[in-house]
Amino acid sequence: MAQAHTAHDSSHGSYSAYLIGFVLAVILTVASFAAVMAHALSPGMALAAVTVLAVVQIVVHLVFFLHLNTSSEQSWNLMCFIFAAASVIVIIGGTVFIMHDTAINMMSR
Amino acid sequence: MLGKLSFSAIPLDVPILVGTFLGVAVIGLAVLGAVTYYGKWGYLWRDWLTTVDHKRLAVMYVILAIVMLFRGFADAIMMRTQLALAYKGNPGYLPPHHYDQVFSAHGTIMIFFMAMAFMTGLMNLVVPLQIGARDVAFPFLNSLSFYMTLVGALLINISLFIGEFAQCGWLVYPPLSEMQFSPGVGVDYYIWAVQISGVGTLLTGVNFFTTIVKMRAPGMGWMQMPVFTWTAFCTTVLILVSFPVLTVTLALLSLDRYLGMHFFTNDAGGNVMLYLSMIWTWGHPEVYILVIPAFGVFSEVTATFSQKPLFGYKTMVYATCSIMVLSFVVWVHHFFTMGAGANVNTFFGIMTMIIAVPTGVKIFNWLFTMYKGRVEFTAPMHWTLGFMITFSIGGMTGVMMAMPAADWILHNSLFLIAHFHNVIIGGVYFGYIAGMGFWFPKAFGFKLNEAWGKRAFWCWFVGFYLAFVPLYVLGLEGMTRRMNHYDNPDWYPWMLVAEVGAIVIALGIVCQLTQLYVSIRDRNLPENLDLTGDPWNGRTLEWSISSPPPAYNFAVIPDIHGLDTFHTEKQLGLKAHGKPLAPIHMPKNTSAGVFIGLFSFILGFASIWYIWWLAAIGLIGIVATMILRSANRDVDYYVPVSEIEHNEEVYSRRIAATQAAE
Repeated sequence: MAQAHTAHDSSHGSYSAYLIGFVLAVILTVASFAAVMAHALSPGMALAAVTVLAVVQIVVHLVFFLHLNTSSEQSWNLMCFIFAAASVIVIIGGTVFIMHDTAINMMSR
Repeated sequence: MLGKLSFSAIPLDVPILVGTFLGVAVIGLAVLGAVTYYGKWGYLWRDWLTTVDHKRLAVMYVILAIVMLFRGFADAIMMRTQLALAYKGNPGYLPPHHYDQVFSAHGTIMIFFMAMAFMTGLMNLVVPLQIGARDVAFPFLNSLSFYMTLVGALLINISLFIGEFAQCGWLVYPPLSEMQFSPGVGVDYYIWAVQISGVGTLLTGVNFFTTIVKMRAPGMGWMQMPVFTWTAFCTTVLILVSFPVLTVTLALLSLDRYLGMHFFTNDAGGNVMLYLSMIWTWGHPEVYILVIPAFGVFSEVTATFSQKPLFGYKTMVYATCSIMVLSFVVWVHHFFTMGAGANVNTFFGIMTMIIAVPTGVKIFNWLFTMYKGRVEFTAPMHWTLGFMITFSIGGMTGVMMAMPAADWILHNSLFLIAHFHNVIIGGVYFGYIAGMGFWFPKAFGFKLNEAWGKRAFWCWFVGFYLAFVPLYVLGLEGMTRRMNHYDNPDWYPWMLVAEVGAIVIALGIVCQLTQLYVSIRDRNLPENLDLTGDPWNGRTLEWSISSPPPAYNFAVIPDIHGLDTFHTEKQLGLKAHGKPLAPIHMPKNTSAGVFIGLFSFILGFASIWYIWWLAAIGLIGIVATMILRSANRDVDYYVPVSEIEHNEEVYSRRIAATQAAE
């Protein structure tokens, strides 16, 4: 269908944006390794730190490499991403909530 | 060579099945013979089987749904008859092995192949017309989706005559559905039928989501979309989120069965309860997938036949969207008794009760639409009024069971059966039949017979209450679902009443068939013909074109300046747009969907029976057809202006003739 074809020439990012993204990604990766290898944090804290750094890493990749932003040509991609993230949180988070509670209540663990 | 398949798989020892097979064979041969006798094979292949036209696919979906309704209803009346007989000394006529297959098949068929097919059919017919589009976004995928659904339906019906069907209910809960307890092919039939048709549904979801987002006529913003299109949109969102969950859940179950894994087994670390949680993560949104488009139908029907704009369009849209979101956070109410703690059950119980609020908003919107309107009591309006009463009762019993404490008493009792039939028959089925009556003239160019439609409604309406109110009582008296035999004298009279109800519903189905027959017979009578394309004084764009519409739907894509633009322009007496005609770009028909469906059937059937070489052929066939189809560049054509002009002229002459006659 003719109507289905739409122009798709969204920006592919500038050199400096890629560079900033790369530097940020390297910093975050090094920081994750450091958090574990320096043994300065307790295991629980290290796990929390790595998790937070990983989430920030995801955001950096999305913004600088996959060009996800709030501009109008990206609005559907952004919306789909938020939609997918929300669905995953509800489905996986909900399942973990239910199964964990059941396991505790039924003393199966 | 033939895996598990042998002659002993054919149930020659069950007279009911042999009789059914003979009946199906006779009818099938008669249909095939008639097509051959009238020389219609070429027509059938070119104009229907290979079509990518959404309107024709819609017709095929609805035919499939009606055929599956017969199958599902035959199962239903067999169960009722068994329970009307199987009291005390009488074992009834269905042994447990057969009875368990019957109730499993009834649920599976009614949800996946009756309701889903009917819903997809209505969406196919109406959505592109309502948004001023010339087809869906991916016409070939649309044809493929249909064949996936058809293959699922065929597999499940073949299980009647070759092998057996699942005996563990319509959602095949493990551990009963695991290899240890169900070593036969029944569960495999279920898995493959549902998986293959699930692919079709998911593709339909993608297709219609894209269509509604990208292909609305210029000027039609989100808040100018007709309500049915809104509800279709919400349904596609639900499909996109929930059907992958179903696919994964059944894939894990098949890994258990085929490769000896332990996701849901009793032993080796399997977790049966995880299956319940996962299947209902899909299952609860699924019932909203079915009922939300029905809400859309009622909105269109009520507004049109009350001769008024819909009361509270915006609240209707917001209510639909809130139901869509809420339907994702309620799934535990299907298994409150599983053993989760008070936190989980309270959260999901409260969420379930909250759904009643937007649904109540909708009921009041429809009531206020009718208030001070000039209501025409047509057959679709009868179904709508019947729905409002029945669905309200079903909703109230639903809120009762949303209380975890009450659910502990009612869980898996006949009260539950009565509740969900109350909302599915009263909401979904009444809605789809109202929609079929409402849009039938658009698809075929003539109206359905009103008198027989109303008779069908009254039989269904009365039959429903006769059949299901006894089940409420029985549930409160402690009768559980899926019983094959009982000896409680208090239950017996209620079971007899329910049987009478089933018979009255059967009369309703007979009335519907008669309605189709009479309508087709009298299609050329002037009062039945729809020459103007607008038989009901409609409000939305589908009524602005001829009935049946040309393949390209709109000669000129209309401009939209508000809600119900077509109706406003009609009232102001504005004439057609006068825009110049241009050649129209359309998709060509393709047989790729038929062949992918055929190979999927081979893959499914072979996998059910462990015939692995044949399964490989099926899989290779699917991939090869896909590649061939992708390599084909000759997939579209242009409708020349002369042809459009000719069609438009015929249409305007018909309108002029009607106006002169008036």
